[in-house]
Amino acid sequence: MKQKNAGRLFESLNITLLFILAVLCLAPLLHIVSLSLSSGTEITSGRVTIFPRGFNIESYQQMLQDVSMFRSLLFTVVLTVTFTVLCMLMTILAAYPLTKKGLKGRKFILYFIVLTMYFGGGVIPDYMLTKGLHLLNSMWALILPGLISPFYMIIMMSFFRSIPQGLEEAAEIDGASFNGILMRIILPLSVPVLVTLSLFYAVGRWNGFSDSLYYITDPKLYPLQLKLYQIVMNSMLVGQDAAERLSQLENPILPESLKAASIIFSIVPIVIVYPWLQKYFVTGTMLGSVKE
Amino acid sequence: MSTGSYIRRFWQLYAMLLLPVSFFALFKYGPMYGVTIAFKDYNIFQGIWQSPWNGTETFREIFDMQTFKTALRNTFLLNFLDLAVSFPAPIILALMLNEVRQMRVKRVFQTVMYFPHFISWVIIGGLFLQIFATNSGIINQMLNHAGFQSIPFLSNKYWWLATYLVAGVWQSVGWGTIIYLAALTGINKELYEAAETDGAGRMKRMWHITLPGIRPTILMLLILAIGEMPRIGFERPFVLGNSMVSDFSEVLSTFVYKIGLQTGEFSIATAVGLFQSVIALVFLLGANTITRKFADQSIV
Repeated sequence: MKQKNAGRLFESLNITLLFILAVLCLAPLLHIVSLSLSSGTEITSGRVTIFPRGFNIESYQQMLQDVSMFRSLLFTVVLTVTFTVLCMLMTILAAYPLTKKGLKGRKFILYFIVLTMYFGGGVIPDYMLTKGLHLLNSMWALILPGLISPFYMIIMMSFFRSIPQGLEEAAEIDGASFNGILMRIILPLSVPVLVTLSLFYAVGRWNGFSDSLYYITDPKLYPLQLKLYQIVMNSMLVGQDAAERLSQLENPILPESLKAASIIFSIVPIVIVYPWLQKYFVTGTMLGSVKE
Repeated sequence: MSTGSYIRRFWQLYAMLLLPVSFFALFKYGPMYGVTIAFKDYNIFQGIWQSPWNGTETFREIFDMQTFKTALRNTFLLNFLDLAVSFPAPIILALMLNEVRQMRVKRVFQTVMYFPHFISWVIIGGLFLQIFATNSGIINQMLNHAGFQSIPFLSNKYWWLATYLVAGVWQSVGWGTIIYLAALTGINKELYEAAETDGAGRMKRMWHITLPGIRPTILMLLILAIGEMPRIGFERPFVLGNSMVSDFSEVLSTFVYKIGLQTGEFSIATAVGLFQSVIALVFLLGANTITRKFADQSIV
């Protein structure tokens, strides 16, 4: 009896602690949402915690008037989709042949690829190559250098290997080429790993920031993260004439509030796909951790 | 198999590999040629090939630079503190989650705690710089309301370290539990039942069954984390750092960016990058050897 009570106490204590931790995980986000939806006077008085006060959506209205924000969003969507499609094509092209034991030179090519996981030129040599190829200030500078992640390729290979050999052998006896086997047997059976890796690539590209900082100086080609970085760090208001507009308003919008609105704006797409992200990322991480 | 029939059978596979292999040759091995400028007196107008060799001159130069030494020290300092704080955190959290009996509640906690993993460092930087700001940040406003002085979370270098670590834990603690939770499912349930009949309480069972059950996973990840010590991501210190705390926030990755791409000292930045890669490789190989030994022992 005594032990049962102790167990119950333990359980409720544990759940309470976890609940507090979960709130701490969400609190920064809720706070920013509240800032973006609160009035300037309430924010300066320090009363905005995780609920908006003096509710209004002016900061969003003002942010959405800024054309460059939409341009960045649109550019990032195009960039992410192009990147993901090309990455998947290239990764499939690399992973499938390398699962074929009979292929001569397979081991060598595998080492050739895996070595790049551990050693690379570094930031400056990468930059010089990008510049030499005339890719600076081009969308391709953010796509081409990252086309195949050796790590994701290995995950894909281990999935391909788990497909029963018999299926392929039967198709081969029927005279199917490797091309045909890949298209008609392997890929249709690999939908889960294809979705998982597409999400890996897409999220990486969406959240990626440093390469655009290195390679892009033209504001027209700012991905969302770089645009956001400028807004957040320079404490600048969105857009060139925002300061003027601000001075004309009766109830000025604080930069904090505008910054918050921009942050929320760029989080929303991630929130929308989060249910899928979570589902596939967990399985993907497992796949990655059990490889060989 | 004759050469002819081998080619007839396998040519499609080689054709498939053509683009990927070219990709690695150009974009991964190509820059390795550029590394030679670490041993040259690089001049933009002369290019890589024409610039004169200067041996290890550049390396001698960087070891005389105080800023380089600071960046090197900070890289290890931040990684070490991160290891001390961010490494045990997911283990404790995984043990706590493991004790939750109601599956639905557990799943809700997991869903919430995984989320920060998917947020970019730029956004996390934006969140934390806002929340911890000295005047307008919510934490300091709450402290002021309670009658305390503001704390310079972002402008005092020691407080900044705390901010940096908290941001890291916030982003990674939930996600880090996945691998431990997976390891926990492998523990034999009968052990718990036996311990329960012997009268062991929850804490005792956790300490004597759960923790030893995931010890191999913990050790493996610890060795890997130590192997990663010389590497440091660019985005987190870059986004969170500022000039007031650069005594601690300037690390090798941000140093390379500033001296290379902002100042244009290509030879120096490349040499620093190469130095870091080599140290990283040594650590990694060391970690690899230890893991292999340890894995062998655990089999025996």
